[in-house]
Amino acid sequence: MRKAITGHKAVAEAMRQIEPDVFAVYPITPQSEIAEYYAEYVHEGLVRTELIPAESEHSALSACVGAAAAGARVMTATASQGLALLVEVLYIAAGMRLPIVMALANRALSAPINIHCDHSDAYLARDSGAVQVFCESAQEAYDYTIMAQKLAEHEKVRLPVLVNLDGFTLTHTVQPVDLLEDEVVRRFVGEHNPVFPLLDVDRPVTWGAFAMHDYYFELKRAQESGMEAVPQVFLAVQREFSRVSGRRYAGFFEGYHLEDAEYVMIVLGSTAGTAKAAVDELRKRGLKAGLLKPWLWRPFPANELAEALRAAKAVAVLDRAFSFGTMGALYEDVAAALYAAEHRPTLANYVYGLGGRDTSVPDLIKVFEELRRIPRTEWTLRYIGLRE
Amino acid sequence: MAELLGWRELPLGGVVAGGTARELNKTGSWRAERPIWHEEKCIQCLVCWLHCPDDSILIQGAKVRGVDYEHCKGCGVCAAVCPKDAIEMVPERRAVCAKP
Repeated sequence: MRKAITGHKAVAEAMRQIEPDVFAVYPITPQSEIAEYYAEYVHEGLVRTELIPAESEHSALSACVGAAAAGARVMTATASQGLALLVEVLYIAAGMRLPIVMALANRALSAPINIHCDHSDAYLARDSGAVQVFCESAQEAYDYTIMAQKLAEHEKVRLPVLVNLDGFTLTHTVQPVDLLEDEVVRRFVGEHNPVFPLLDVDRPVTWGAFAMHDYYFELKRAQESGMEAVPQVFLAVQREFSRVSGRRYAGFFEGYHLEDAEYVMIVLGSTAGTAKAAVDELRKRGLKAGLLKPWLWRPFPANELAEALRAAKAVAVLDRAFSFGTMGALYEDVAAALYAAEHRPTLANYVYGLGGRDTSVPDLIKVFEELRRIPRTEWTLRYIGLRE
Repeated sequence: MAELLGWRELPLGGVVAGGTARELNKTGSWRAERPIWHEEKCIQCLVCWLHCPDDSILIQGAKVRGVDYEHCKGCGVCAAVCPKDAIEMVPERRAVCAKP
């Protein structure tokens, strides 16, 4: 059923259909509407979810950790400073291998305080051990929220999954979204089979035990095996979702005119839509421009990405956050992926869109044009739309 | 000390099966002071057993029979709550040398 709804409503609808046992949450702009919609569903009796209005994001995710360890299917949602506050617990959720799905309505981190989109919150959680997926549209936010549940709970993965959607650009704009039937989503996500649930009194266990120099290292290596399992499971989940939804998801990233592209832009999230318009315009002018939009950011699909860039002469990697003191985080991922590759296109790094700064089609066309004149791979930040 | 396991052998998320910590972790080695139980003063009220945070007061037939020195960390709670001063805290070094 096609509906004109916001990204928030799309995520809330996916959550209603998944119907987690526990949704612990604290409101923050631009995420609050997810919690508000869901509170309505609870009030109207549409779901049996235990909604926990926590006193902070730190408490919200802590409640999720406890509930997930008890064996419940759990979700939460946050943004910006809320993510910053709960990130301590996110590392714990990943270390304890708890499958918690979290919508992250991307918003810039303070200071200065700001409510609009950039990816500094997602970048803060980069090394937390959570899987991270980025969405271009409300449709993708809906679809990936559903897919994330299956990915997180897979027996080989068992990790928190962050579904990133750009604050305001996706969360607050109304877009056409095709929703699946409730029953289809329910069948797709299936039953949750918790491992070592605390409520299983016949098999008592200790969760969150202490580990010293003799075991900490091995336990962290075991955690990495969860990440190692993600790519295969991600593709399998996409295949199954494509079958039930009729929409096509195949791969760790979407390529747009990528096959024969000589000049490629790599960008996360909603700006990929703007980049598609720029690519269309440049193709009309005869430039072989293309786009690579990663859906999966952690774990980073390095080999597949390097392979997809085999025809590229030059690549612009766009980062919507600083990683102060070094290059953009996505740029470093791409540079590292290409270092081991046979074909190494010229790379340039652009920082853009901080604090909700608008990035237009002409802005991105300019990047493509500049890219043609950059002679060799740079270790210098360039900026889009920054006043000197 | 039990043989250390490789990373592939560890349970998901570092979960520890019930009861195994007691077998593997002889926390008695942490102790700086040792509780000495004096049976002649003990009135078998079991207050020490109720308060011991490590389940280290040994019980047989609902009667105190001594202290599990393999696990007792020497916190001294038992001595502090005993209404008859039947438990005495002795520095570990002295307790070991004197072999009470």
